Amino acid sequence: MKLLAFIVVSLTGALLLYGTAEFSDWGDPNSPASLHVSNYYIEKTYEETHAPNFVTAVVTDYRGFDTMFETAVIFCAGLGCFLLLRDFREKKEYFYRHIPTGVILHVKDGKKKITTGKEFEYMDKDWVPQDLINRTACRILIPFIQIYALYVVAHGDYSPGGGFQGGVIFGSSLILLAISYDLQTLVERIREKLLGILAATGVLIYAGIAAICMPMGGNFLDYGKLAPLLPAGSHVRALGMLGVEIGVGIAVMAIMVIIYINIVSVGRHDEGL
Amino acid sequence: MHWPIDLIVLTFVIFCAIAAISVKDLLSTAILFSAYSFLMCLLWTVMGAVDVAFTEASVGAGVSTVFFVAAIFRTSRRTKD
Repeated sequence: MKLLAFIVVSLTGALLLYGTAEFSDWGDPNSPASLHVSNYYIEKTYEETHAPNFVTAVVTDYRGFDTMFETAVIFCAGLGCFLLLRDFREKKEYFYRHIPTGVILHVKDGKKKITTGKEFEYMDKDWVPQDLINRTACRILIPFIQIYALYVVAHGDYSPGGGFQGGVIFGSSLILLAISYDLQTLVERIREKLLGILAATGVLIYAGIAAICMPMGGNFLDYGKLAPLLPAGSHVRALGMLGVEIGVGIAVMAIMVIIYINIVSVGRHDEGL
Repeated sequence: MHWPIDLIVLTFVIFCAIAAISVKDLLSTAILFSAYSFLMCLLWTVMGAVDVAFTEASVGAGVSTVFFVAAIFRTSRRTKD
């Protein structure tokens, strides 16, 4: 069976390699991709949208529908993860640590709960001591990562990056918080409900900005028609892109965290990596 | 154009890919995939597709590795085959 699989894989690989022989060279001006619309984009994008980064302009303005449904796909991924993994059943047993003495309590009756605070703290079942160096380093790093993420979102139409990348970076900074402390810290800071609302809000911002263009007399996603609403002059399309990027960033950030929490705690949102 | 960089990075990419499917320890596989993504990110940068490189670095090398590690944490670390 393994031999058969190997032969099939080798044949497919050989066919694919054979196919690449017909490809045009890298950066070939006569390749089919460079002959149709790319010239128009390269010549006219800055004139029409005032966004220096053509890629963002193409992705969120000229091809805005694609990005909108991509965001919807990411949203569906988060929703699917939530629906498949989320487990609302009460846990049977809990572990607490008495902070002054370090004694660990094992509470087998799930209904008896100890209030955590200065005396007792909640503990994971397979708990490993938190490393002071890791914790301190991450505590210093996280704000900088988040500022960088916001920078990436805000400069989407000026430099590489945009809503998607910025959202992922922001989400990973929150995941870093969960890894360096424990999952409970993250879940207490950002409630599950808030994450769900943020994920939906992001998609709604995108669709909303696109839809506002219609009563203003334009097509769906025609940011140019937002001019009477925004005091931006000729930069109105760049500003529309920025709004859309912010929506994408919020949605992606929330969904990355939702997926992580649901995977690592098997849907229980109590303990994990 | 940048053929020495291309050649070196592509060699590493192939090594990473072969290692990722032959290693038994799934945690190593996750890290190897991360390295693979990072090398691909270098390739995109060399080709001038900076936006794609950025996405590859943040999603491929960053978040997806974390998801793999989280999934391994909740399942088993070794493969059967």
